[in-house]
Amino acid sequence: MKKVVRGFYSIAHAVKLCKPNVIAAYPITPQTEIVENLAKMYSNGELEGCEYVTAESEFGAASILVGASAAGARTFTATCSQGLILMSEVLLNAAGMRLPIVLVNTNRALSAPLSIWNDHQDSMVLRDGGLIQIHVETNQEAHDMVPLAFKVAENSKVMLPFMINMDGFKLTHAYEPVDLLDQDTVDSFLPPYNPPVYMTTKNPLTFGCYAPPHCYTEFRVVMQRAMMRALDVLEETYREWAEVTGRDWGGHVVGEFLDDAELAIVSMGSLTGMVRDVVKELRKNGVKVGLLKIRTFRPFPAKQVKEALKNANKILVFERAVSFGYEGPVGIEVKSALFGLNPEFYSFAVGLGGRDVPREELMKIITDVYEGKVEQGFHFGTVKEFEEVIV
Amino acid sequence: MTYFASGHGACPGCGLAIAVRNVLDALEGKCFVANSTGCLEIISSQYERSAWGVPYIHSLFENAGAVAAGIELALKALKRTDEGKVVVFAGDGATADIGIGTLSGMMDRNHDVIYICLDNEAYQNTGNQQSGLTPMGSNTTTTPAGAIMLGKTGRKKDMISIAVAHGLPYVASASVAFHADIRRKVKKAAEIEGAKYIQIHTPCVTGWGIDGKQTITSAKLAYETALYPIVEFENGELTRVRKIKERKPVEEYLKIQRRFRHLFKHPRGQEIINLIQKIADENAKKYNLDL
Ligand SMILES: Cc1ncc(C[n+]2csc(CCOP(=O)(O)OP(=O)(O)O)c2C)c(N)n1
Ligand code: SF4
Repeated sequence: MKKVVRGFYSIAHAVKLCKPNVIAAYPITPQTEIVENLAKMYSNGELEGCEYVTAESEFGAASILVGASAAGARTFTATCSQGLILMSEVLLNAAGMRLPIVLVNTNRALSAPLSIWNDHQDSMVLRDGGLIQIHVETNQEAHDMVPLAFKVAENSKVMLPFMINMDGFKLTHAYEPVDLLDQDTVDSFLPPYNPPVYMTTKNPLTFGCYAPPHCYTEFRVVMQRAMMRALDVLEETYREWAEVTGRDWGGHVVGEFLDDAELAIVSMGSLTGMVRDVVKELRKNGVKVGLLKIRTFRPFPAKQVKEALKNANKILVFERAVSFGYEGPVGIEVKSALFGLNPEFYSFAVGLGGRDVPREELMKIITDVYEGKVEQGFHFGTVKEFEEVIV
Repeated sequence: MTYFASGHGACPGCGLAIAVRNVLDALEGKCFVANSTGCLEIISSQYERSAWGVPYIHSLFENAGAVAAGIELALKALKRTDEGKVVVFAGDGATADIGIGTLSGMMDRNHDVIYICLDNEAYQNTGNQQSGLTPMGSNTTTTPAGAIMLGKTGRKKDMISIAVAHGLPYVASASVAFHADIRRKVKKAAEIEGAKYIQIHTPCVTGWGIDGKQTITSAKLAYETALYPIVEFENGELTRVRKIKERKPVEEYLKIQRRFRHLFKHPRGQEIINLIQKIADENAKKYNLDL
């Protein structure tokens, strides 16, 4: 059923259809309305078989889900920014314990300076912790990825936390027509959670053990293997989703106009829509540009990225984060995936802290790079003259 | 199957193991354990050598209260509440300091959980640093007794009152000196719906500087001097205290432990001993401990 809804509703509705057993909530803008929508559903008796709990902090919320997930429950939460960072110790712990907690991160900039607006700095900080991470472009995509996240996270070949990243405000607060799923469709796609092991007095097991040096590495090895297996599981599940719903989001990455592109532009999240628009316009004018949208960020689909970008001799990455002291994190990943190809490489941090990214700015950067007017390397998008004052 | 196997790695004479065994026995093993990082976790959860005969989870230092709440919610949602009680074992540092936020949340939401604070009066797992429950005058590695400092300043954080202030249906203190009392309290707690807080005094052989054989005598002296009042609150009312027949001076408790040795040598040591005696007197008055 197509309805014009806001991003947080598209998430809440999908979560409800996934029949979670425990939802833990703690507010932070621009995530808050996801858990508020779920609270309303809970309060109206629409979340059968579910316990909804308001935690004392994001740290508590994530911890509650660790206990619940270990006890065999399907679990959900949403957060972003400072909340995500406050959760981080717990989430990385959940990854090590192989608990398939699903969360939505409504990407928001980190303090200081304080900013409630969107960029990707928050999720990038958690890059190396063992969470599956995907980025969505639209609210429809966000909606569709929720059942998919549960299915992949809970797959016994994977068993890892799954974080769906959606751009704060740009998606959460935007009204878009969304074809809302129905219960039967989700039921036919997502079976009830049947954990291979869980806490029960019928078979007492120890979770979160202490590992001396002779076996710690082994735990990390299996985690890495699970992450690498998740690449295939994700791909299969993206395909299965297309069969069940008729909506094909493509695989880990989606390429457009790349076969003969001289300049390939890489983008992630909601910015992609506008980049696509610019690419299409430039194409009309005979400029050989193409687009690569990255959906799966962890595990990183290096093979697919390399394959998609193999023909371009210039690569331009737009991203909403900086790895301070080096470059943009997405740029770093893409560059490493392309090892051996050696194209010219450009990356631009744009839209930090919610700064507007006008179409003309993208257009200018792209044409400048295309025409060879920009030096290779990492750049910030438009910045005013700004002197750091050190007395 | 034993609920807490003898193969754990605690120091001989450690109070934690005694407390844990009594709690698990009282619950007849029908429980889910959430444990914070600390001595207990390290001595019992090693991969391939787990001492636990009950479902057990260790997540972090500061979240056992929340993890237990999550287990309780899951059991409710999955309609498995008849499987057993949810129990937390957390150290005094995990309880009174770093984990007090998640504990407060658990108590505030009144989750059906028995929270057991194993009070060995310092961060023992990291080598005897002061916690909020370290008593005044104690020599710890972060409050070392020296020429101008006489160990921990300030008194033990009153977690019992903090728990009572949360409106809990059941709050109690206990001591490894009294096994039957621990078991009775745990059984009672298990019958009450909602959040329960029990703080058990569990001497630490290495941190306190006592002999392995002195665990029970030290714990007993803490009670006999009124430095560790053994009390019970139900729905905010003080319902029971363990009366003291002939209260002993605090020196008797202090002098057998290395962590207080400096108090008997330092020129200002007596001042601190007097302050500690004052705390004991106040405890005795507050809870009407003297028989
Ligand atoms: C966030 C965090 N900070 C510090 C530590 C290091 N640490 C592990 S156990 C511990 C002390 C535990 O003390 P307590 O809770 O009193 O338990 P005990 O070991 O005394 O039984 C500390 C500081 C940690 N694991 N996590
Ligand atoms: S250090 Fe103390 S608390 Fe830890 S095992 Fe030894 S005696 Fe027990």
